[in-house]
Amino acid sequence: MDKIRASLLKKSVATKIERRGKILSLSCLALIIVVVFLIFYFVASRGLATFFENHINLWQFLSGTQWNPGTTGTNGQPAVGALPMIVGSFLITILSALIATPFAIGTAVFMTEISPKRGAQILRPVTELLVGIPSVVYGFIGLQVVVPFVRNTFGGSGYGILSGTFVLFVMILPTVTSMSADALNAVPRYYREASLALGATRWQTIYKVVLRAAIPGMLTAIVFGMARAFGEALAVQMVIGNATLLPQNLVSPASTLTSILTMGIGNTVMGSLQNNALWSLAMILLLMSLVFNLVIRYIGRKGKLNNER
Amino acid sequence: MNAKRADKLATGILYFVAGLVVLILVALLGYILVQGVPEISWHFLTSPALAFEAGGGIGIQLFNSFYLLFLALLISLPISLGAGIYLNEYAPQNTLTGLVRTTIEILSSLPSVVVGLFGYLFFVVQFKLGFSILSGAFALTVFNLPILTRSIEEALANIDDNQREAGYALGLSRWETVTKIVVPAALPSIITGVVLSAGRIFGEAAALIYTAGQSAPALNFSDWNPFNISSPLSPMRPAETLAVHIWKINSEGIMPDAKAVSAGASAVLIIAVLLFNFLARWLGKRLYKHLTAE
Amino acid sequence: MKKSRVIQLLGLILIGVLVGFGYHNRTQTNAGESITAVGSTALQPLVEAAGEQYSTEHTGVFINVQGGGSGTGLSQIQSGAVAIGNSDIFAEEQSGIDASKLKDHRVAVVGIAPIINKKTGVTNLTKAQLIKIFTGKITNWKAVGGKNLPIVLINRAQGSGTRKTFESYALDGRKSADSQEQDSSGLARSIVASTPGAISYVAFSYLDSSVATVTVDGVKPTEANVRNNHWKIWSYEHLYTGLHPNQLTNKFINYILSTAVQKKLVKQLGYISVHDMQVQRSATGKISTVK
Repeated sequence: MDKIRASLLKKSVATKIERRGKILSLSCLALIIVVVFLIFYFVASRGLATFFENHINLWQFLSGTQWNPGTTGTNGQPAVGALPMIVGSFLITILSALIATPFAIGTAVFMTEISPKRGAQILRPVTELLVGIPSVVYGFIGLQVVVPFVRNTFGGSGYGILSGTFVLFVMILPTVTSMSADALNAVPRYYREASLALGATRWQTIYKVVLRAAIPGMLTAIVFGMARAFGEALAVQMVIGNATLLPQNLVSPASTLTSILTMGIGNTVMGSLQNNALWSLAMILLLMSLVFNLVIRYIGRKGKLNNER
Repeated sequence: MNAKRADKLATGILYFVAGLVVLILVALLGYILVQGVPEISWHFLTSPALAFEAGGGIGIQLFNSFYLLFLALLISLPISLGAGIYLNEYAPQNTLTGLVRTTIEILSSLPSVVVGLFGYLFFVVQFKLGFSILSGAFALTVFNLPILTRSIEEALANIDDNQREAGYALGLSRWETVTKIVVPAALPSIITGVVLSAGRIFGEAAALIYTAGQSAPALNFSDWNPFNISSPLSPMRPAETLAVHIWKINSEGIMPDAKAVSAGASAVLIIAVLLFNFLARWLGKRLYKHLTAE
Repeated sequence: MKKSRVIQLLGLILIGVLVGFGYHNRTQTNAGESITAVGSTALQPLVEAAGEQYSTEHTGVFINVQGGGSGTGLSQIQSGAVAIGNSDIFAEEQSGIDASKLKDHRVAVVGIAPIINKKTGVTNLTKAQLIKIFTGKITNWKAVGGKNLPIVLINRAQGSGTRKTFESYALDGRKSADSQEQDSSGLARSIVASTPGAISYVAFSYLDSSVATVTVDGVKPTEANVRNNHWKIWSYEHLYTGLHPNQLTNKFINYILSTAVQKKLVKQLGYISVHDMQVQRSATGKISTVK
């Protein structure tokens, strides 16, 4: 009796495996979260030092237009105005996403709806290959091809937001395209069948049914593209000119948060104002990508609701 | 405009857009290959780099790239597989999970230079690993985890619930269902994710400059004992990868043939990614057949 | 199921044995026999090449050289994380560094020359003109006798050693105007080579036929002119150590300073040997002749 009772009350082998598996997978996730928080803590502890240890006014930091930490600006305070970089980063990210989105979605629709065969044979391998090209190489092609092109067509020295936008456009295109294609592929087949059965043309099906159903997925694709554009350093740094000036127009030399961060970090000493100010730029970068994510999530949720109605 | 005309027009536009994108991408690839392929020779692929004379190769850098990729995947794949499984199979759909997802997405948008500096202060200085392959592999893991986790989660989510229900019906626990049915079924898309992230690792420079270092000391290719510092397998030696090498010779290189070396190295990098793609896909197909009995 | 378990176990044991075997047979290297030098990317090629030569002459010694920038080098040597910090500038010039806790070893000299795009049509500038160009007062090459082309300034990154030297000795301590910046010599050179009207400055070792140099007040940027200080825009390359460096560090630095390295390697890499200098310069910029 006791034996049976014991075996009934004891956890079965399957339950044990189940528990072990659950704990194992949860600890993997926990590890990632720990890493994220470590980085957050690490960036924040250095980035906030600018304001707490060096007593820089936050508003001054965000709205100032002079950047030369270590020297004093016209107002007698250290010149740590990050506005030119913030504007530069925003402009370049939004512009490149704006240009890349129609191309990427068009190509993704072509790959999934119009000619899946050619999509699988040519487009997919090519896009996946492009992800592996180091950003340095993109930068150099930008320097050799895009900058002279911009200089001859739009004037100026060729270095500036526009050249950066073109380079980033090509860089994020493969990512956005393949992710959008995934989103379109995830739309159930019977949506299309139902629409075609109602007499809709292929374009009507794509435009009114498939694209709408895939909106959240495509938005994520765009966010990922924007995130990559936002954090890209080496390629942009080569073509944007890295002048810490507010961009006058799209062909005047400008700078982004990442380009100034990458250039300056090796030349400053840990713990000095110059170094802390650069970490503050990294912190802005982090906060801005947070905002991006939240906004897009919000839009994505709205899009979903509209679909289901 | 009637629906048929609109359909024709839209199809035409889509053809045009897709064609244009293909054109851009192929032109880009062609540009790199045309410039670089003439520089590639057996000597170039196998000999060590020279600092200030012409005629250096990329042998050590090429090996370093592959070794680092291997180590980074060895660390990051199990972790992101576990995290992906938890997120897709176990995690309740609530605000906390949403928050976790957002955190991971933010991690993936971190500029790689920040990851590199974090790796420098954390692994190189704090853990005293020095400029080494191991530090580089850890930094790449940080960089790779969010992308890989996301793609694995997505791959799992695309598996039909019927498969899971079949597993439960057979009396399998959730964990067994996931490991024995869902993961094997999702294998092709998981492998695509791995290939994509491997490509990014292969081309990553900024995160490695401060962790794996930017010098490639001569290796003794007859010594495969990982505990010797000049052994190719030693995880504690500094290791400049191909992408870092391209960056370095373009920014501070003083060898007379810097341009040729950089063009050749870029072409080699692309060809390596291509080969890696094919290999991974072939392996994935075999594994898929083996595991799903198809 | 069981069979696969056995195979897995055997595999694990095999790996364990292999690792143990490798650990047992490893070449015993003394921990003190390896040093790390970090910092200036401009000095990296020299230290790297010298380190490689040193290792081939003294087996078992390993010299690990990394870049990262002068600031990184100085902050790492200050925190004691590395044996040598490479720097383009005096520790006194870098804010956040306590120079009295560091020992300076000057191992080479680099001359820095203004470079311009070949199509500007200018071969000589006076120092006053150079200052006006870099402070943004002159914006067209026409004003200094060249073609009617707008001047495109390419500066080096804020805080970089080359820029500090250039501002101190070419611009007499003036800050250059906000403009485009690049953080590496190779990039600055290739941008000047391809951009009409561009001007920048690089170390002598980066000069090549893709760009043109100018004489300043009629003085040519040559090694001979740097040695006797007729060409004023030059700086030392420093290896910084703590006040009491270990034996290997001392030996290695003496090796770099030896005539063998200074006469051959230093020249091959395009630096100027410290032994050839007829003048020396202090951290505050004071010039004195070497006896």
